[in-house]
Amino acid sequence: MDHPIKRDHARFRKIVKGRIRDNLRKYVSKGEMPSPKGDGTFKIPMPSIDTPRFKFGDKNQGGMGQGNGEAGDPVDGQEGEGPGQGKEVGNSAGNKELEVDLTLDELASILGEELALPRIEPKGKKAMPSVTNKYTSIGMTGPNSLKHFKRTYREAMKRQIASGSYDFLDPRVIPIKRDFRYRASDAKVEFENSAVVIYMMDVSGSMGDEQKEIVRTESFWINLWLKSQYKDIEVRYIIHDATAKEVDAETFFKTRESGGTLISSALKLCREIIQADYDPSEWNIYPFHFSDGDNWSADDTKLCLEILDQDLLPASNVFCYGQVESRYGSGQFYKDLVSRYGEDDEKVILSKIKNKDAILDSIKDFLGKGK
Amino acid sequence: MTARTKPLEGELLRIRDEIHGYALEFGLDFHPVRFEVCDYDTINILAAQGGFPNRYPHWRFGMDYDQLSKGYAYGLQKIYEMVINTNPCYAYLLNANHIVDQKIVMAHVYGHADFFKNNAWFSTTDRNMMAVMANHGTKIRRYMERFGQNKVEEFIDRVLSIENLIDVGVLFETQELTRQRDERMKSAAEDIANEADERSSALKSFMRVKERTGKMNEPIAPEQLDLRDKKINSPRDVMFYLLENAPLEEWESDILGILRDEAYYFLPQRLTKIMNEGWASYWHSHIMTNRALKASEIIDYADHHAGVMAMSKQNINPYKIGIELYRDIEYRWNTGRFGKEYNDCEDMVQKHSWNKELGLGRQKIFDVRKTHNDVSFIDEFFTPEFCERQQLFTYKYNPRTGRSEIETRDFVEIKNKLLNQLSNFGSPVIEVESGNYQNRGELLLRHVHRGVDLDFGYASDTLRNLYALWKRPVNITSRQEEQNITLSFDGKEFKQTK
Repeated sequence: MDHPIKRDHARFRKIVKGRIRDNLRKYVSKGEMPSPKGDGTFKIPMPSIDTPRFKFGDKNQGGMGQGNGEAGDPVDGQEGEGPGQGKEVGNSAGNKELEVDLTLDELASILGEELALPRIEPKGKKAMPSVTNKYTSIGMTGPNSLKHFKRTYREAMKRQIASGSYDFLDPRVIPIKRDFRYRASDAKVEFENSAVVIYMMDVSGSMGDEQKEIVRTESFWINLWLKSQYKDIEVRYIIHDATAKEVDAETFFKTRESGGTLISSALKLCREIIQADYDPSEWNIYPFHFSDGDNWSADDTKLCLEILDQDLLPASNVFCYGQVESRYGSGQFYKDLVSRYGEDDEKVILSKIKNKDAILDSIKDFLGKGK
Repeated sequence: MTARTKPLEGELLRIRDEIHGYALEFGLDFHPVRFEVCDYDTINILAAQGGFPNRYPHWRFGMDYDQLSKGYAYGLQKIYEMVINTNPCYAYLLNANHIVDQKIVMAHVYGHADFFKNNAWFSTTDRNMMAVMANHGTKIRRYMERFGQNKVEEFIDRVLSIENLIDVGVLFETQELTRQRDERMKSAAEDIANEADERSSALKSFMRVKERTGKMNEPIAPEQLDLRDKKINSPRDVMFYLLENAPLEEWESDILGILRDEAYYFLPQRLTKIMNEGWASYWHSHIMTNRALKASEIIDYADHHAGVMAMSKQNINPYKIGIELYRDIEYRWNTGRFGKEYNDCEDMVQKHSWNKELGLGRQKIFDVRKTHNDVSFIDEFFTPEFCERQQLFTYKYNPRTGRSEIETRDFVEIKNKLLNQLSNFGSPVIEVESGNYQNRGELLLRHVHRGVDLDFGYASDTLRNLYALWKRPVNITSRQEEQNITLSFDGKEFKQTK
């Protein structure tokens, strides 16, 4: 039987997600989303719940440390990161963060673990094994260019101490031949396969900055995961209001148009791109569409369903539709898709994204099926 | 649960015997230590539950477990060791550790075990806490089955909000007081003789309530309470005051009593963080470098030890300050660098080479570990020379640059700041002033202001929780920006009066 703490843990997670004990909500500081810091490290905020107590206020009271430096020298890492903003109780108090040095690969695997994402079974004829070498181990032989200094000197020091030739008063460490260590490679078998992600986003007037931010964050994580699953991956971007056009990533996230919405325009363009560049028998194809659910007319919706059924669904691994809640959107398109495909279709994954906190759940919706 | 940890065997058993021998040789004196080996998940669980395998259900244990597990998974932190103040003393070793790490941990643990047994502040702790905690768990679980998990958990949350409002002095309750309390408890216990087989310290609180009300399962109406200002025995033990005077239901009183018992159990450890860790580090270092280390282990040992002793510019490392202070005391008492004669000596050359060859150092640190807590430890032995050698400084946030910057290396200021941080185990001093404030049965607390203001956001939310326990308006007086101020909550809104 599992330890009872797993129940405490499950309960804690539920409180953090706001499913139970609603009155604790104001003390919850969450942020399960690791955020890149730009230098290869990531901040992983730990969700936590604070218990209010009588305690000293005024973060400005400072603290004590040990080490060198003179009055006026900073004691913390980055500029402007110090404590000091007047904090309201609850919202950001007790925020714990881990700062982790992670590669994107590691981050992807954390994401995969957190969300219990299944690994994707790629389709395609190009599933050919290829061997790559990764320098992840240490060997006794190798070229000088791969010499591992730290390991080498450690071996030398060990030997000298063990043999009694290490002089504490004159601590010189001299490696001899058998101390040398080299970085060595491990062969890793990978499969050739390729995927394309086609993002479509509604940029009509009703999609605000907050909605775009959600799409941007979500696509970052989707890309991250898919990149960890496929050797080659291409990403294409389509924006649309009443007409659709293909754009680069930057434009994709920045553009804001006004006017009406014809979702079919985006789907048509998506179909063209697939037909021109991506043979479904060789490519794993992932169309993602984000909108606030407003479409111009029922006729256009009907056209959309036709395109999906006849062209996009047969060609794609899975078609994902994410509906971002906005103040102006009606959310009708989601309902239309549900009534056509149901909530649990093999090929069509639907997800409603209420706010930033719902991003992770939505990613799990999209990628949780291992398609 | 028992399957998650297992007793030592083979090589570890041999090492245990060896280290145990050294500990005795150096004069350490401890209750029997029972080492168990477990995996990282188990040690995370134990750590999340304050070292105990069995606690009452509560989300915060899950939260701590969540954070420990993540920290471990991302390779940021790792718990090497865990030792509990009980008799026998339980200690847990991580099965994935190197042999040399296990040696260090064992030596370290014997240091803690000696401290637990001999330090005066631990003299009244219940060494049977393993069973007591398990009983607490059973009782609270039973209440949850009966009244619903949400309701009971919510009550626990409120009590945790005042968990730090306890009185250090209660650890040294005089015999007379204890006798009186025992008597009251005895007479109460007779009323419920049918439950006597279950009687444990966990039941004490329950009995107290029983005695007061005479009947069970009925909340005490506020008007029944004696609300006259009476002499309050230990005004800083707000938890106890509420236990005696708040209109709580029987199960609520029981839980409040349970949480208070647990808070007092952990209190001595909060009072002696620097001393306790310093003492354990002193001994792992002494035992390892003088006896247990093999030549091939020196580098790994040095690496590990340096990691534990690392200084930080943003925090004081209690291990480091503690071990250095013990060593400094030992040195001073070995060479006779103390007392009037040494202090009055004005010849710097003579002072520098002062050595009376007294050899009293070892005895002195054993005495110190017996009678001091962190505050008196620092107050008495923290010298200007030590402060300078340890490169201590204070820092402050500079709003102009947006960074925390070194403020001063002045000895007096550093010492004051350190003592301030340590006094009353780092919590503000809060006293019950009256249970009948304004003659309306309101609760009035007083924050004894010693230079640092309260966080008023937190204070407001704490008052909200207090109100839920007291069920009448609650107030606290304090100082905010040099002005006297009273913060009140009447169940609907907050009010500040200057």
